[in-house]
Amino acid sequence: MSQKLNARNITNEEFFYGHKACGGCGESLALRLAMKVLGERTFSALPAGCMSAVSFIYPNMAFTTNAIITPFASTGAVAAGMAAGLKALGIEDTHTVGFAGDGGTADIGIQALSGAIDRNDDIIYFCNDNEAYMNTGIQKSGLTPYGTKTTTSPAGDNLPGSITMKKNMFEIVAAHGIAYAATASVGYLEDFMMKVQKAKETKGTSYIHVFAPCPTGWGHESNITIDLAKQAVDSGLWYLAEYEDGEFKLNRNPKEFASVEDYLKVQGRFKHLTETDIDVIKAHRDKKWEKMRKNWL
Amino acid sequence: MTKKFISGNDAVAEGVRLAKPHVISAYPITPQTIAVERLSEMVEDGSLKAEYMHVESEHTALAAAMGVSSVGARAFTATSSQGLLYMAENLPYASGARMPIVMMNANRAIATPWNIYGDQMDAMFLINSGWIQVYVEDAQEALDMMIQAYKIAEHKEVMTPVMVNLDGFVLTHTYELVEIPEQDKVDEFLPMINLSEQIMSIEEPKSLCISAGNDFNMEFKIKQERDMHNSVPVIEEVDKDFGDMFGRYYKGMLDTYMCEDAEVVMVTTGSITGTTRIVVDAMRAEGKKVGLLKLRYLRPFPIERIKSSLKNAKVVGVIDKNISFGYEGTIFTNMNSTLITMANPPQSINFIGGLGGRDITKGNIRDAYESMLKANAGEAQDRVQYMNVRCEK
Repeated sequence: MSQKLNARNITNEEFFYGHKACGGCGESLALRLAMKVLGERTFSALPAGCMSAVSFIYPNMAFTTNAIITPFASTGAVAAGMAAGLKALGIEDTHTVGFAGDGGTADIGIQALSGAIDRNDDIIYFCNDNEAYMNTGIQKSGLTPYGTKTTTSPAGDNLPGSITMKKNMFEIVAAHGIAYAATASVGYLEDFMMKVQKAKETKGTSYIHVFAPCPTGWGHESNITIDLAKQAVDSGLWYLAEYEDGEFKLNRNPKEFASVEDYLKVQGRFKHLTETDIDVIKAHRDKKWEKMRKNWL
Repeated sequence: MTKKFISGNDAVAEGVRLAKPHVISAYPITPQTIAVERLSEMVEDGSLKAEYMHVESEHTALAAAMGVSSVGARAFTATSSQGLLYMAENLPYASGARMPIVMMNANRAIATPWNIYGDQMDAMFLINSGWIQVYVEDAQEALDMMIQAYKIAEHKEVMTPVMVNLDGFVLTHTYELVEIPEQDKVDEFLPMINLSEQIMSIEEPKSLCISAGNDFNMEFKIKQERDMHNSVPVIEEVDKDFGDMFGRYYKGMLDTYMCEDAEVVMVTTGSITGTTRIVVDAMRAEGKKVGLLKLRYLRPFPIERIKSSLKNAKVVGVIDKNISFGYEGTIFTNMNSTLITMANPPQSINFIGGLGGRDITKGNIRDAYESMLKANAGEAQDRVQYMNVRCEK
């Protein structure tokens, strides 16, 4: 693998700028850095969602490279089509990527993604996970975790907000026998860029699931996006892992988890949680980590 | 010259092979399946140098074709019925993005009740999708239209996807003697053109399928509408050029038979045209002034040629293999809005038939002509009539 990327050696060139994303947006940061790793010969497919809504507003285009908005369900399909077209035309040394959100990946787009992985199409698929449908105004998705208050999973006397746990997309993707898959976080950007670099060098389908806080949807200050993303990993509510050559690998294994309460209490979406709710969240975390530590180390 | 005894589906595959798409993305559905089976065989045996994408749905079939088209490669897909409706969201998406994709649609009934046989309910649902819609009459026309369709779709003034419609089973599964054009002549007629001005390229990167709010949206849509109308002379020209090169002229937007002095004219699409022509011959032999107008294109709609072709007609019948529930047949509605712009609008009668593959026999068509002749003689006739049906209206 080529040189390890960091803040000092990453290119100063920008491929994604002038967009209208909110201050402190984690997703747009992930996209910007991914483009820096991938470079100018990149063809991007973005479904309906925040990133397409803020960057293709005629006549102001935020991508300096080739990019297309796809139907909501079709990130994997359009990216695969572009890759097939480029291959058939003999245009070499290009990268075809999909940048979808959590709903666009785990809900409406899961079928097209599954098809692309099955065919081992030469694409890199990013799931930018901010844990709800933010573009439409913070509705619950299949990746919204337990106890999250959204506009369609209200918290009240009868429900703690979302009552589903969060689909396990990373392992769903890995179960296809994908060439390369990883989880990442905008809290650990060098790790993220390293994984994008690996995906870039992978022949066949790659999947990177990047955890990206959303100040607007989560109800947190816009200047704590990075800290919050770190805290999610350090408290064990998110994890950094890879699936490569058929093997799982846990990249970061905290000896002791940071405080879950500290992570939850600064976010409006979790303000209502009771101790019992938090216990449910911790128990779910512990079960997950027991399995990962047993099998992925 | 090679001739083969093949089905409509085989003819589609032969035509697609000659048109040399870079990528085929398709999902199987009866009665389209044989077309995509043949194409996968052609890719396997190397006679068609294309990528064959085994997509997991029709929605992805067209979305993938959009990806292919966006980088400037030639895309083909094929579907039918429920499959066409499943990919429906992507049809206006592709046409709005001005992607020159070609799709074969095997016209088939839509559920419920479930039915795999031919009618035109499926394509009629998508008549407003911004795709050029052409309906073919036989296997030869199916093959030839695959080649013409790319020429039309990729024309600089058009840049609009084309749906080539074949009646399910009656055309897709009927064997006919079909002439296979020579590859070098097809290559000359349909060269691989560089579309990079309009679509993505490394040298000139583009953002496609963009958002346009209320400040710009109407202008995009009106340009799309303008270019759809611009496709009319292109369609006529492509058909003439095709005829000059291959010896088969389909008369562009529409074809007529014994129309010039006819007092009553039946309007048909697709395979029913052949049966209707035989009825016209029989009734002409009896001295009845009957004629036939075969609509080849429903979008764009051949307004001017309909008007000039029907200027002597007193009664016009329209066969619709579809119903727009709560109104009438869709082609009838479309015809009427053209007929009322004529100096002396003829009377019109709708004949709805063939739903779910129900036969439309020569007898049924003769009955329809007789009804039109009665109307011409001043006898009141139902405005909408059903052909070959048991239940009461």
